[in-house]
Amino acid sequence: MTNEYAIEAKGLVKVFGDQRAVDGVDLSIPKGMVYGFLGPNGAGKTTTIRMLATLLQPDGGEAHIFDHDIVSEAGKVRERISLTGQYASIDEDLTGVENLVILSKLAGYSRKEAKERAKELLVAFGLGEAAKKQVKNYSGGMRRRIDIAASLISTPDLLFLDEPTTGLDPRSRNQVWEIVRTLVKAGTTVLLTTQYLEEADQLADRIAVINHGKIIAEGTSRELKASVGAGTLHVQLENSDHQEKAMAILQEKLQTPIHSLPEGGSLSAQVGNASLVAKALGDLTNENIPVSDFSLGKPSLDEVFLTLTGEKTEEKEEKK
Amino acid sequence: MSQPNVIKEEQLRQAITSRKRPERPSALTTSLTFSSRALLRIKHVPEQLFDVTVFPIIFLLMFTYLFGGAIAGSTSEYLQFLLPGILVMTVSQITMYTGIDLNNDIRKGIFDRFRTLPIWLPSALVGALLVDMIRYSGASIIMLTLGFILGFRPEGGFLGVIGAIGMILIFCFCLSWVWTTLGIIMRSEKSLMMVSFMVLFPLTFVSNVFVDPQTLPSWLEGFVDVNPISLLVDAVRGFMHGNVTVEAIGWVFLSSAVFLIIFAPLTMYLYRNKK
Repeated sequence: MTNEYAIEAKGLVKVFGDQRAVDGVDLSIPKGMVYGFLGPNGAGKTTTIRMLATLLQPDGGEAHIFDHDIVSEAGKVRERISLTGQYASIDEDLTGVENLVILSKLAGYSRKEAKERAKELLVAFGLGEAAKKQVKNYSGGMRRRIDIAASLISTPDLLFLDEPTTGLDPRSRNQVWEIVRTLVKAGTTVLLTTQYLEEADQLADRIAVINHGKIIAEGTSRELKASVGAGTLHVQLENSDHQEKAMAILQEKLQTPIHSLPEGGSLSAQVGNASLVAKALGDLTNENIPVSDFSLGKPSLDEVFLTLTGEKTEEKEEKK
Repeated sequence: MSQPNVIKEEQLRQAITSRKRPERPSALTTSLTFSSRALLRIKHVPEQLFDVTVFPIIFLLMFTYLFGGAIAGSTSEYLQFLLPGILVMTVSQITMYTGIDLNNDIRKGIFDRFRTLPIWLPSALVGALLVDMIRYSGASIIMLTLGFILGFRPEGGFLGVIGAIGMILIFCFCLSWVWTTLGIIMRSEKSLMMVSFMVLFPLTFVSNVFVDPQTLPSWLEGFVDVNPISLLVDAVRGFMHGNVTVEAIGWVFLSSAVFLIIFAPLTMYLYRNKK
């Protein structure tokens, strides 16, 4: 073991037409961790993964997977990795067991071993009963699981998961998370992309926030949260007539811009120091501005993301 | 509600921590595995055999009775002339579906997985083409059987018929790479169909399948004479009628080789660098 990194990339670039889908991505991902790519649709997450998984050749920069160059040593890279793409890469017309037997044979198992391996995986992934059904009759969660199972026929040293839980119900999502955690405990490095901040928060040891093909922030979930201060203060006034006065008072005490939300009398602000909040609320009472509700939320990755990408709070509200 | 699919952690841990890595399979093994995949697809979606069963029957009946009287004076005489040609036309048109299947697989994302496997890359395509050989043979046998019932009598005998089918299979295997190339390039099934027809219709109709080229205007005759479909029809007619020449066989091999040499590497290049 000469190198502790599963993935090392320098200045990766991919251009589609006149658009720089990936625009100079640097990565150093140590072995054995879950690394999350967080970003909106079209940020360049999938393109980056497809380059690392040898499906696309980069237009610039270089990357190594376990010390193998992704372009000149693509074959060696493929022996160590597995990819579960955004779209199910399982043959819908075939049954679950047929799909896995074919992939097991391609991995080098004999016919008999392939059948055993397929069965073992199906049972382990809670698909034993559905083994002989055509995959087109599977639910979304079952499809996702067989897709992941298909990536694990020979346990890879590095697994790429492209939006593994998009469109899944909470129970199926938790099952996918469980699979990822178990896999990591067993020593596999996982690189996953997600649009869900909660998912990155729950699963990833380190997170890269990607937007417009660039990594705009990188760190642990805690580090990223710390970068936006103590959290967000929400204040609900009893009477929206007081809104302007209340905003002025809060602004003065908290030394930070106050946002008014679309519903009347509802204010929010990013707070750097929690102790200022008590004073500010006290001042509101002193000025006879009744407050019906307030909360100081710990910063969520949502807020981190929005702060970093500069999207407005209103849009965030609409998304929820 | 159906029984929930329970995942037991211990089972899961065991299944996904098996670090066993079998020997890398040979190119032959992986190609045959892809063939078995294609056969399983036929098992589950038997409708896809329409093109090699119903098509040939309709084509043969339609053209024999439609043109027979007008062109040769009688349908039975025309059948002697037409059957080898229409066999070539039908099977070479069926080759188009190879590209459509590939195009579908690519759009569904299945090939992303195959392309990240440490296997001999062309095996996915070669395996599918091997099964297509079975499909083409099936179509040929169905047409010949029907032709025989209608009164077709090959003077070349059984061996002549086998030789004729052999010619068709070799040519169609090579021609299929044109469709795999197009199957990778085209974005949708519709546009792929359109382009395929645009290539196939002139190629199969402007040939010696239906008429003797000597009846054509000279500029058209010039094209018909070098059309690879005509070259194949010449060899197939020769085999069936027992008067095949080495020259005719040579032309089929040459035109097949040209298709293969240009389009097989082109397909693989595109396959490897697909966006």
